[in-house]
Amino acid sequence: MKSRLRFTLQLGFTLLVCLFMIVPVAMSVMAGLTENYFVGLQSGLTLRWVNEVWQLYSDTIWLSIKLALACLLITILIGVPAAYGLLRSRRRWANAIEELLLLPVAVPGLATALALLLAYGSYREFRGSWLFILVGHVLFTLPFMVRAVLSVMQTANLPQLEEAAASLGANFRQRFFAVVVPNCMSGVLAGALMVVTLSIGEFNITWMLHTPLTKTLPVGLADSYASMRLEIGSAYTLIFLMMVVPLLVAIQWAGRFTRQRR
Amino acid sequence: MKAVSKQPYGAASSLTHRVALASQPRRQNLIALCALLPALVVFCAFWLLPFSRLIVMGAEADRSSGISAYLTILTHRQYLISLVTTVGISLVVSITAVAIAGIAGFFLARQRFFGKAVLVAILTFPLAFPGVVVGFLVIMLGGRQGALAQASLWLFGERWMFAYSLAGLFIGYLYFSIPRVITTVMAACDNLDQSLEEAARSLGANTWQVTKDVIIPGIAPALLSTGAICFATSMGAFGTAFTLGTRLSILPLNIYGEFTNYANFAMAAALSVVLGVITWIALSIARRLAGGNLGASA
Repeated sequence: MKSRLRFTLQLGFTLLVCLFMIVPVAMSVMAGLTENYFVGLQSGLTLRWVNEVWQLYSDTIWLSIKLALACLLITILIGVPAAYGLLRSRRRWANAIEELLLLPVAVPGLATALALLLAYGSYREFRGSWLFILVGHVLFTLPFMVRAVLSVMQTANLPQLEEAAASLGANFRQRFFAVVVPNCMSGVLAGALMVVTLSIGEFNITWMLHTPLTKTLPVGLADSYASMRLEIGSAYTLIFLMMVVPLLVAIQWAGRFTRQRR
Repeated sequence: MKAVSKQPYGAASSLTHRVALASQPRRQNLIALCALLPALVVFCAFWLLPFSRLIVMGAEADRSSGISAYLTILTHRQYLISLVTTVGISLVVSITAVAIAGIAGFFLARQRFFGKAVLVAILTFPLAFPGVVVGFLVIMLGGRQGALAQASLWLFGERWMFAYSLAGLFIGYLYFSIPRVITTVMAACDNLDQSLEEAARSLGANTWQVTKDVIIPGIAPALLSTGAICFATSMGAFGTAFTLGTRLSILPLNIYGEFTNYANFAMAAALSVVLGVITWIALSIARRLAGGNLGASA
């Protein structure tokens, strides 16, 4: 009897927390789909606002996708070798280097962006291009790729596998591409999902680095919250959610997948 | 006889072996270094150098006071108050989030019931919301047309709002902290040895005693570490504060204001370095306690 009461109380508490998390999201989704939020649902449902957002802000969405993919490519190209390097370095060195690479995550994005601006802001061409934002995103997402790949490499018995390949006459390049890379694919996948999600949602660095011509999705969101009517901000948020929630589901799925494999 | 004939051969073999051993680590180190090089070059060129310059720049004279910006932070009320406010609100948010999400997370980790997966999903998916979106969600709750304003208008005939004050900031920070704590607490509870609880119970401990003496000490490192991550995230949460209004006096908004409104670069640099050092220390503590978890900032 007593444990029954306790269960009900705890369930009630947890449901309250869930309400706190879901109510504003649901309200925002509703606001993005109603004709007039001040009047309420009776004004009717519409896709008019979503349409308007698409007309006003579609370039920010494309830029965000482009940035996320470029960021992914670079973090794979430099992150996978870096993880391998960390695996092969002495423990003390590996820890120190990992700590260093983590700094752009440990320090608020605002500080990183300010440092970039003060150091490279005077190179007009670079500062005005989307590559400037890309640099910030790569710094911020690289540790997540390295960590994801490294943790798979550590469980995959790579040294033994490589030794076996070497004893059969494989040179370093053959070993790296035929043994190391295929064995850490699940780590690359987990890291890639993380990198894309973080890059699409990144605001703190991007806001300082963007120019009127290089606005990303979150920058556009902030812009619409400040200067557009509530329905447009909500519809824009809805579009953002539609992009990010599938990625999140995929991250969960990938996590379960790698855990099962181990 | 056999031993003698084998002698030279054995010596040669041990010699080549030793040579191989000596050259192997050097070659290994070289490969490791080459593999790490691209990442290190990017990191040094675009983070380490710029940030070192930021540290130096913070020591330059502040525009308004004329003394080193680091000293200005320590001697001027305005900056001290904002520093204390930011640290204070982040601390309160972390403690509240750990308490709320600790209870909910423990409940979800230990009980099985219909629809649990849905609750877990609701509590964890806001993990990927950027700070700006969280700020907007707070406006949805406590803004001029928010849920609270509509409810109070209907009940009492007046609009109640909290979104554009420190209370709004608190709710926003709580919003992005709860999912982080829940995921960590659930993982920690799964790793907790259930037989300890059963042992305590068989020795006559009641639920409260089991919670106080077995469960909480068992997941304490996880609680502390996730609390430190929430603290660091709240300290640097620029997006949420930016959406909720630029009049609040907290560090991220001060940095932004000094940089864009006053072009006071020395002050903006000094404040960024102070903020960065605080969050870095908090996250280092978190990682030492739990290991593995990088806390993404909101």
